[in-house]
Amino acid sequence: MLRRVRLALGVLLLATLAFLVSGGLSPVHAAETTITGTLTTPGGVAVSGVVVTATGPDGVIASGTSDEKGVFVVPLAAGGTYTVVIDVSTLPEGITLNNEEDASRSLLVLGGEKRIIIGLSEGGESGIVAEASGTGERVAQLFLDGILYGLVIALGAVGLNLVFGTTGLTNFSHGELLTLGAFTALAFNTAGLNIIIAAPIAIVFAALVYGWGQNRILWRPLRRRKTGLIAAMIVSIGLAILLRYTLVLFFGGAPQSYQQFAGQAGITVGPFNTTPKALILGALAIVALAATVIWLQRSRIGKATRAVSDNPALASATGIDVERVISVVWIIGAGLAAFAGIYLGLTQNTVWNMGQRILLVLFAAVILGGLGTIYGAIVGAMVVGIFIQMTTLFIPTEMKTVGALFLMILILLVRPQGLLGRKERVG
Amino acid sequence: MDIGQVFTLTITQAFGVTALIYLFAAIGLNVQFGYTGLLNFGQVAFVAAGAYAVGVIVLTFDLSLWLSIIVALIVSTLLALLLGIPTLRLRADYLAIVTIAASELLRLLVRSIAFKDVFGGAQGLNGKLGQEFHDLNPLPVDFTLPIFSWSRQDLWVVIVGWSLALLFTLFVWGLVRSPWGRVVKGIREDEDAVVSLGKNVFVYKLQALIIGGGIAAFGGILWAVAKQSVQPDTFQPDFTFFVFTILLLGGAARVFGPIVGTVIFWFLLAGFGEVLSSLINNGYISFLTPTDVGSIRFMLMGLGLMLLMIFRPQGIFGDRRELALDAR
Repeated sequence: MLRRVRLALGVLLLATLAFLVSGGLSPVHAAETTITGTLTTPGGVAVSGVVVTATGPDGVIASGTSDEKGVFVVPLAAGGTYTVVIDVSTLPEGITLNNEEDASRSLLVLGGEKRIIIGLSEGGESGIVAEASGTGERVAQLFLDGILYGLVIALGAVGLNLVFGTTGLTNFSHGELLTLGAFTALAFNTAGLNIIIAAPIAIVFAALVYGWGQNRILWRPLRRRKTGLIAAMIVSIGLAILLRYTLVLFFGGAPQSYQQFAGQAGITVGPFNTTPKALILGALAIVALAATVIWLQRSRIGKATRAVSDNPALASATGIDVERVISVVWIIGAGLAAFAGIYLGLTQNTVWNMGQRILLVLFAAVILGGLGTIYGAIVGAMVVGIFIQMTTLFIPTEMKTVGALFLMILILLVRPQGLLGRKERVG
Repeated sequence: MDIGQVFTLTITQAFGVTALIYLFAAIGLNVQFGYTGLLNFGQVAFVAAGAYAVGVIVLTFDLSLWLSIIVALIVSTLLALLLGIPTLRLRADYLAIVTIAASELLRLLVRSIAFKDVFGGAQGLNGKLGQEFHDLNPLPVDFTLPIFSWSRQDLWVVIVGWSLALLFTLFVWGLVRSPWGRVVKGIREDEDAVVSLGKNVFVYKLQALIIGGGIAAFGGILWAVAKQSVQPDTFQPDFTFFVFTILLLGGAARVFGPIVGTVIFWFLLAGFGEVLSSLINNGYISFLTPTDVGSIRFMLMGLGLMLLMIFRPQGIFGDRRELALDAR
């Protein structure tokens, strides 16, 4: 009886998924045809309130207004050649179009989401000029974006999984470690240090204060008190809320950028459009992750960490100082998370809830790879990163996180221990 | 600084419409978390389901408000099944992660442009959502209330809301004293023991999730009816955590825990906000601005949740022995 109920519900879940794929979200579906774009100044500040109008083949007019993130969406009834006009009078004062031709351009839309890039100028500094790419190029581009995003997720997820593996704590305030790292770098940056110097200082500061310090002040005393894991999980939620709104109080709610590299000009490498900063940060992330893996594999304390992750009681019995291992894990986890936060701050911007927004993606990566498995976090992160970017081929960009969360729920249905996990852990 | 006015504003919020919305969510969570031990971190999704059921049925499809109540219960049941089936066999932290993820997933879906025609996108659904309910308002047009300061419309919502809340509390009281209640409490304390008695633990957990979700959906219905507006971004995960704070404050696994928790939580929160605002506005505190009050309120809420969980997990009236919080 129960088996039949489960089967029926499984079908229900699949039907919901099928609806999502075939129904409203398919790229060939007429209602889904849009022209979208993002309006930002060369400095990376979003430009809102700009009206963009598209005039279709049969004189149909549709328009969209850029929101607080600078994103505008013009919904179209069908594909065709559209004339896209930017209402220059709605541009904020001091901001002009890079090329006068950009004010009105003709665009062939075949269905799906057509992205356009409009270069804006602020005080003579020029931004990016127009870009329109075909499907093949777009796949390659999204793949690169996915790898870069996956690296950020991996940096965050490794710490989350190391802490879970060694202490059993599902840390809902891990996202705030990213945010705190990014804001510490912002504080040093605002104080006058170039971000190239501010970033490493912030990472070391984060590792010691937010990592080692947090464990020392909060989590170690709780472990001593024998606080249960669920209670500790709820404590981490309270901490996350406290930290987020403390940041709002001191830094305000608006997104901020670092003073350097905010509006770096794009470069084209083969089929890819990217920025030098993204490539350099990606390379540094690979180095950091490789160093972590080698450390876990080769060093004494790294081996001890894996032993504690495997079985804390047994590790303790063989003479491993479990508390010391946990301290080291917090230091490394917080340092990597701070790096991830600065990475996001440099490629996007710093905002008080940036960590909260990525936390669920981190969990998706960790569950996909296997909760508590150390290498699983990296594998899961790369899969989730590429998956999130690739799904934008089929679903609107605003919903890309939805795909990752769905993937996580599906994984739990078929293989709850994750890709690299072992069965007995899920209990 | 007018102390009388501050007190009136505070007490009105402590028993008001917003407090009631949280109360329904907390009564539901008490069944799920308090009695059954399910770590549902996506309670906001059930509230959103109730609110959107009203919004979509009344505004998008132009049908009756009363029909939307049935739809809300169906949707919340489906949601519970969808959340429960992949996760209820797994360890508690998986349920926590999946439920919070699902609540965000739903929020992103309803606010998306793809479903704008049905759910209204990021602006949500705004209009005369509760007209049929407000038409029944028997209160005289002119009335004065002692202590409280509700409008005629709000008072009608508050009266019906509190009656329903007491009804649900009575229902939960009966439920946890029934054989069903003993089984779910057994599951919370020692799942293996209940399995060895031949009970189907999975089905009981699923039932608890459905019942708790249905009660929370009433919070959403009340929201839509009272505020005449349903907006996706009000259903953030933080809502769920405030419900947890309320429940832990009043005492989980206590029949009156949610009520006590809600009133005290909103009394403290509103009172603190009103006092601080009026101190700032009257120039007693110069280093803060009125916009900071919101942040400080949230900071205190986070800190309060931490301290409660560390020092008094059983809440004000809870029994520590009844609630052995642990993920095995």
